[in-house]
Amino acid sequence: MTNTLHRFGTAESFVDDYVIIAIPAKGKGRQVDPMPALRRFLELALEYGPVNLGDAMHGGAIRPTRAKWMIEHWFPKKHEPDFRAVIDGTTGPTTYAAVFDNREAAEKFVARLKEEDLGLSINISSSLENAKACCDKAGLKRHSIGYSLGFEGIPNHVPNRHVMMLSTMCGHGMISQSLAKKMIDFVKENRRTPDEAVATLCRFCSCGIFNMSRAKRIIEDARKKTF
Amino acid sequence: MRINPDKCVACGNCTYVCPMGAIYIDPVKNRATINTDECVECYACYNGLSKEKLPPRTVRAVRRFMKIFRTRFEPEPDICPTSAFEPDHLEWPRIVRRAFSDPRVPHESTGVVGRGTEEVKTNDVSGRVGPGEAGFTIEFGRPGVGARFHQIQEMSRALARAGVSFEKNNPIASLMTDVTTSDIRPDILNEKVLSAILEIKVPVERVEEVIRIVWEVEQRIDTVVVLGVGVRCDEDGEDRTVAPILERLGYRLHRAKTNLGLGRPPAAQATTETAVKAGESP
Repeated sequence: MTNTLHRFGTAESFVDDYVIIAIPAKGKGRQVDPMPALRRFLELALEYGPVNLGDAMHGGAIRPTRAKWMIEHWFPKKHEPDFRAVIDGTTGPTTYAAVFDNREAAEKFVARLKEEDLGLSINISSSLENAKACCDKAGLKRHSIGYSLGFEGIPNHVPNRHVMMLSTMCGHGMISQSLAKKMIDFVKENRRTPDEAVATLCRFCSCGIFNMSRAKRIIEDARKKTF
Repeated sequence: MRINPDKCVACGNCTYVCPMGAIYIDPVKNRATINTDECVECYACYNGLSKEKLPPRTVRAVRRFMKIFRTRFEPEPDICPTSAFEPDHLEWPRIVRRAFSDPRVPHESTGVVGRGTEEVKTNDVSGRVGPGEAGFTIEFGRPGVGARFHQIQEMSRALARAGVSFEKNNPIASLMTDVTTSDIRPDILNEKVLSAILEIKVPVERVEEVIRIVWEVEQRIDTVVVLGVGVRCDEDGEDRTVAPILERLGYRLHRAKTNLGLGRPPAAQATTETAVKAGESP
């Protein structure tokens, strides 16, 4: 699952993008329940002010709604993340993620993970520089690195790069380029605020790794220019 | 996936959310319609759109009325106002589309959700990529293009001819009829998926050769290819072997997944989890 690795953008565009992932070990012989450690991972993340939390089965902190009554069409939609719902809604071992938009929080969280020693595989998906800084701060030596070599034949400076940056924030491809473009246009026309546009996109991300702060910054940038 | 024509009000919201652009409003039926050949059964429409329960006939009447006054019925952009999407029962070979496209469905072959692979994310436990080795992930189809298995087969055959061996615990490898030639089952060759990942492992000395094969095949197939390379760091936490090769080939390495080496095999987790359950600091 390279869901966070191949985000479109230059190194500078990842300045506020720290996706920290926890994965339990697998194996037929697994007898230990990893759920307490995975929930602990999410609880710890909450202490450091994440912008998103999620798991690969249920999604992130802003999710689609299922109306029961017709009248709900006229109810205002909630655009704020509900982190507690993510933690309370966990059901089984899968990939868990916490997204941060600043170095200080990410570094402190990584240091805490080292201290707590949950036994989970922990990965930082970000720029090489960001991840290295987190490791250095926590006194960790990197075990392995998975480099993104980018999209073959698609340079960083293409028209509509804002659309690419938004849609590739869900590496599973659940955020369509058409919807990303539509949300940029809605903000341009002042039909939606950047927060509303970001929440709309976030609902399609199926594992909670969408970075709402970065998305807002990209949309704000795209509001006034194409390139 | 199917759209119930009795419920659809042709508001057009779903046409934007389909990652493959496979949903359109049929001008004759005036209903949202799915181009089933392009649909990859990713369920982004079903899982991502919020569902509301407006009465379809009333909504259609309101829409007609508003059109007279050149105004529009405009629901929130991420809802289906009448809950018109209904999952279809998928049979072989179409079910392969969903397995590779809907990230919430675990791949039966690997038990992993998403694209069914773990690359170096669990390398601290699995030891999948060791010192002196490079683990490649060659992904097809994203962003927003999709890939058919005959395109993937073109790449896998080229790599197989070069004597590269494929990761066995991988969803595509599980669909190969012959791992030495890397032929994929013929009955799925025209099936389209949102994305799929081939995984191979080679000695570091072969990194450049593999990349050149990928470059050559990528020109011939009508989809997007995205490459990832996983390496095991040395005792100082550095990669001094693969990064210089990649940089020499012109890649600017700026994004990566970094495994912190905190994972332990399940048995070793037991002590920690007992402590966590007890609310102690392990």
